[in-house]
Amino acid sequence: MFQFIVRRILQTIPVLIGISILVFSMLHLIPGDPAQIMAGESATKEQVENIREQLGLNDPLPVQYFKYIGHAVQGDLGTSIRSGRDVTEEIESRIGITIELAFYSTVLAIFIGIIAGVISATRKNSFIDTGIMVLALFGLSMPNFWLGLMLIQWFAIGIDLPSWIPFLEDTSWFKPSGWGSFEQMVLPVLTLGTGSAAIIARMTRSSMLDVIGQDYIRTARAKGVKESIVIYRHALKNALIPVVTVVGLQFGTLLGGAVLTETVFAINGLGRLIVDSIATRDFPVVQGSVLIIALLFVLVNLLVDIAYKLLNKRIDFE
Amino acid sequence: MVGMKNSSNTYLPVQRTARLNNWKKVFSRLVRNKSAVIGGSFILLFMIIVFFAPLLAPYDPIQQDMLNKLQTPSSEHWFGTDNFGRDIFSRILYGTRLTMIVGFFSVALGATIGVLLGIISGYYGGKIDSVIMRIMDIFLAFPGILLALAIVTILGGSLINVIIAVSFSSIPIFARIVRASTLSVKKLEYIDAIRALGASDRRIIFKHIFPNITSPLIVQATLNIATAILSASGLSFLGLGAQPPTPEWGAMLSDGRNYLFNAPHVALFPGLSIVIVVLAFNLLGDGLRDALDPKNKD
Repeated sequence: MFQFIVRRILQTIPVLIGISILVFSMLHLIPGDPAQIMAGESATKEQVENIREQLGLNDPLPVQYFKYIGHAVQGDLGTSIRSGRDVTEEIESRIGITIELAFYSTVLAIFIGIIAGVISATRKNSFIDTGIMVLALFGLSMPNFWLGLMLIQWFAIGIDLPSWIPFLEDTSWFKPSGWGSFEQMVLPVLTLGTGSAAIIARMTRSSMLDVIGQDYIRTARAKGVKESIVIYRHALKNALIPVVTVVGLQFGTLLGGAVLTETVFAINGLGRLIVDSIATRDFPVVQGSVLIIALLFVLVNLLVDIAYKLLNKRIDFE
Repeated sequence: MVGMKNSSNTYLPVQRTARLNNWKKVFSRLVRNKSAVIGGSFILLFMIIVFFAPLLAPYDPIQQDMLNKLQTPSSEHWFGTDNFGRDIFSRILYGTRLTMIVGFFSVALGATIGVLLGIISGYYGGKIDSVIMRIMDIFLAFPGILLALAIVTILGGSLINVIIAVSFSSIPIFARIVRASTLSVKKLEYIDAIRALGASDRRIIFKHIFPNITSPLIVQATLNIATAILSASGLSFLGLGAQPPTPEWGAMLSDGRNYLFNAPHVALFPGLSIVIVVLAFNLLGDGLRDALDPKNKD
């Protein structure tokens, strides 16, 4: 096991180097002079030269790369062109919100996804099963930014319902923007979590059906074990192993998906920082933020692989 | 294997007929799957709209009419009008073109590159395989939308750049699937036999391996069109895709955000259109997966 963990960590090193090269190259792949683009069209020669100097663009490329990485390893991701603040500082002040958003959304997705998947699998081909799977397919097909807008429309702005419906005269229960209070967090978490809940529900269902069809479940049933114990203690435990991988991947995907959700709900997270920085051509911030999210994604994948291995000792990674 | 070859480069019809029969069976399984048929029918409908949008649209999609702005749906304007008084129904019809173009072309581009890399990786193995797959790992280390966002930042916002950006995130997915399929086909005895008969690598790859790995490829491509449409509309929603006044669904949604309070229909219909088209490709993709699954023999 220890060997596996070490080998898996070593495998991520080339990926990390690749990510750093890719993120570094972003600035140099932009057609035109990056210093001029960042300074804007109306900038004086001096301003452009200042930016060039600040970013070290006069050095040869390999020197620039090693400087960038050398600084990055020490936590220095450069300076924001717009705010003049350290990029690391900018990211630090925003990343907590994005991780919180992705975390709560993943928890919600796991909760809804697994329950829905189990209900669906235990009532295969029933009306409920079909209903859940149709809903899951909708969840999968919905752009989360649109879902967010619709949720704002229904539950933050509120819809006029006929007055004879009790307790529902006004549905403006939640806040349409910001992050921090419960009223602010419900809609973004629902928005970001729905797609993943759908994926987890589908995965849980098919995994459960695979397990339920196996011999040891038939044996347990034949021995007269109570159905609820067969399902929850025998089947679910094994059915969840492949689901773990999906859950891990979803958390990573949600970190990226937060870009859209944060834009819809005006949440000052890392995703919105990226979008705003792209609009203002503040490339050091874009590079730093993309680098951090990719690193987080790699870390989560590493942890998922290790968890998977722990849960399923039969898996033999090459 | 009977009569597989009768000379160095001609085939007896046996193999081709067998393959054709196989596809016929797959098709008959597919048309018995209700949800796949529903998905396929919607895709067909959208394709018709792609070709006939100018004939079907009642209004010019970019013609402004400020006297009639933010009108609610009516018999005159089925889906209402937007903040510039443009007919939303007409804009959605024209937007179908962009959506389908982005979906198809980004997947075509991603699949072509991914398939080539995957086949080379799986067929040759060794160092080439390691290098290609490690590069794919690097691309997979970015959540899809983020990679697309980074590429659009580099290239600038336009429809073609969105296609390129979205296709990039699908390359590693295709490469992995194709590599795995190539590895399993490569092990089959008949490939050895063909090689012993002196067939070139290119011939083996394109004539023998590729036709055998099309099933997972078709399923993945169909499902990927759905993902590509979602990503592309997301980029446009962020203002990084098609530029105004192009009637792109994601961009229309973005316009609608500002009128949720007094004209929610502006955001409602473009979003619904995205849901329906993505759902259609997902339904067809799921259906194709079941129909092509070797376990589901009649």
